[in-house]
Amino acid sequence: MSDLSDPLLQEITGPTPGQLLRKRVFGHQGLIFGLAVVAILAVVAILAPVIAPHDPYAQSLVARMKPPVFLGGTWENPLGTDHLGRDYLSRLIYGARVSLMIGGIAALISGVIGTAMGVAAGYFGGKVDAVVTFLINVRLAMPVVLVALAVVAILGGSLTVVIAVLGLLLWDRFAVVMRASTLQVRGREYVAAAQAIGASTPRILLSEIMPNIVNNLIVVVTLEMAHAILLEAALSFLGLGVQPPTPSWGLMVSEGKNMMLFEPWLVLIPGAVLFVLVLAINLMGDGLRDVTAPENRS
Amino acid sequence: MNAMSKPDTPVLELRGVSKVYSVKQGLMGARKPLRAVNDVNLTLGRSEVLGLVGESGCGKSTLAKILLGLEAPTSGEVLVDGEAIGSHDRLKLARRIQPIFQDPYSSLNPRKSIAEIISLPLRVHGIGDHASQTKAVREILDVVGLPARVMNTYPSQMSGGQRQRVAIARALIMKPEIVICDEPTSALDVSVQSQILNLLGELRREFGLTYLFISHNLAVVEHLATRVAVMYLGRIVEEAETGALFDASRHPYSRALLDSVLTPEPGLGVPDTHLGAAYPNPINPPPGCAFHPRCASATAFCAARAPRPVASGDGLVECHLYDPETEMFQR
Ligand SMILES: Nc1ncnc2c1ncn2[C@@H]1O[C@H](COP(=O)(O)OP(=O)(O)O)[C@@H](O)[C@H]1O
Ligand code: SF4
Ligand SMILES: [Mg+2]
Repeated sequence: MSDLSDPLLQEITGPTPGQLLRKRVFGHQGLIFGLAVVAILAVVAILAPVIAPHDPYAQSLVARMKPPVFLGGTWENPLGTDHLGRDYLSRLIYGARVSLMIGGIAALISGVIGTAMGVAAGYFGGKVDAVVTFLINVRLAMPVVLVALAVVAILGGSLTVVIAVLGLLLWDRFAVVMRASTLQVRGREYVAAAQAIGASTPRILLSEIMPNIVNNLIVVVTLEMAHAILLEAALSFLGLGVQPPTPSWGLMVSEGKNMMLFEPWLVLIPGAVLFVLVLAINLMGDGLRDVTAPENRS
Repeated sequence: MNAMSKPDTPVLELRGVSKVYSVKQGLMGARKPLRAVNDVNLTLGRSEVLGLVGESGCGKSTLAKILLGLEAPTSGEVLVDGEAIGSHDRLKLARRIQPIFQDPYSSLNPRKSIAEIISLPLRVHGIGDHASQTKAVREILDVVGLPARVMNTYPSQMSGGQRQRVAIARALIMKPEIVICDEPTSALDVSVQSQILNLLGELRREFGLTYLFISHNLAVVEHLATRVAVMYLGRIVEEAETGALFDASRHPYSRALLDSVLTPEPGLGVPDTHLGAAYPNPINPPPGCAFHPRCASATAFCAARAPRPVASGDGLVECHLYDPETEMFQR
């Protein structure tokens, strides 16, 4: 038998899954852009007290609605001031904290709920699946914005209430996607092999199934983060979200809307950063889906 | 070991094992019973290799899952060393019976390194520490003919044959007595199939393993199996010593399978049984002898009454032609 025809003597040369992933990540511009924007905003949010040029709550009646530098303002307030004379850049920087915190914590809460439900339904099937599917359908029948508005109207708006409401409402997509992914992976023979070895159910779920569906989970996390951030902005815009004077981008748009015709930048600046953040998160999610797509794993 | 003290006890015995699935037909269809395995009786002696052969969908994998404890039989019982499977706990059973599955692309977790995959049984059973597990992996890799350097690679870096060797290593690392091989070569290139078959044969001699070797192709089991059971629609229709079956098979279905093996390129894909009529839907099995719509020897009697299993030689046949009681009604 010649050396080449004996597969045992052939070198095992292909790249490891880790190397492949690294190569695909750095070759994906959308993902790099998304990751970079989100990372920068996260650093800005964390370092807000260091970076912000002014106190975001400090009012100044003599310096109200000063324009940003590019509209003839001064470097004292690079993005101008709002109707109470508060530095707009500083409020924007502190607003990043609110947005990322709400997006992150709401996605975490709903991710835990939805993943637990979806994985259980997909793995155990039968009655567990029937119950979870019923709960998903009940949840999908409820309009998120109306329910959130109603709850916030009753309990009063605050950062905690908004995070809790969104966290308890946005688990449906997690449950649907994790259920479908688990159902697919459960049928693989390596799961049967682990069962035949005598591995416990928690071990099979955590060590055999989760690593193979976690890429789908990450994609949903990004989608739901963006979703929660937009919903917070909408609730705050309607006066039912984060309460003034807390700086929130949705609230800034809301406070600026009365002056929109005369000072459009009051609305456009927070609107633009909100747009960029949501776009970046979505690009990140899309990119992650691309680089971890199953067809790349042969 | 209790197994040694009872040399006459079969290592593995199936008594009247049936599995009925309840399947939904169509979107609103009512649930209907599907008899995937129908009253199967089999025994396997120590170091025997029982070939289980039949067309795709006849219930071979379902039987394998029952033996592995992955599915509970609807009725009947499975005995390992004379003890019902139910009385073994999962871990105890796992040490005795291990599987090798068909598709090495699906049987290895793509997220785990080869060392992690092969050492999983040791870790689950808490055998040894990390160092001794690594040593055991190294040794078993050598046994299945893989170099130790594959330990840190991933399944995606390997060929089908190499992956199947990894699956064999995982199955053998706890030194089981019985290995259930469910079509272990069907997903492999023809050139690699014989290497894996040879390896399985060597391992059996070396470790005194008992195999249940499942295949849809009689040719594959010819050299490995000591006995062969032919399965059709969930039933064993003939069982015999391998030599006897290949020299003088009695059941018309076994003969059709044998003929398909003798066609020009054996081993390539699903054998063509030349049986004309398609394999029946197991939800609506034909009345009488389930094989009668495709059987060249069938008579009106066959469609009316199901044959009984008849002991013949040291095996059995389930066909009216061989039943001394019903034979006389035939023509
Ligand atoms: N989990 C299941 N639910 C319902 N029907 C099943 C299930 N598993 C197998 N079957 C059916 O049982 C029959 C036997 O399947 P299987 O044991 O996989 O056959 P084989 O391995 O011989 O190809 C087939 O008709 C198949 O559709
Ligand atoms: S019983 Fe009749 S139909 Fe069935 S295999 Fe024998 S001859 Fe053929
Ligand atoms: Mg099968």
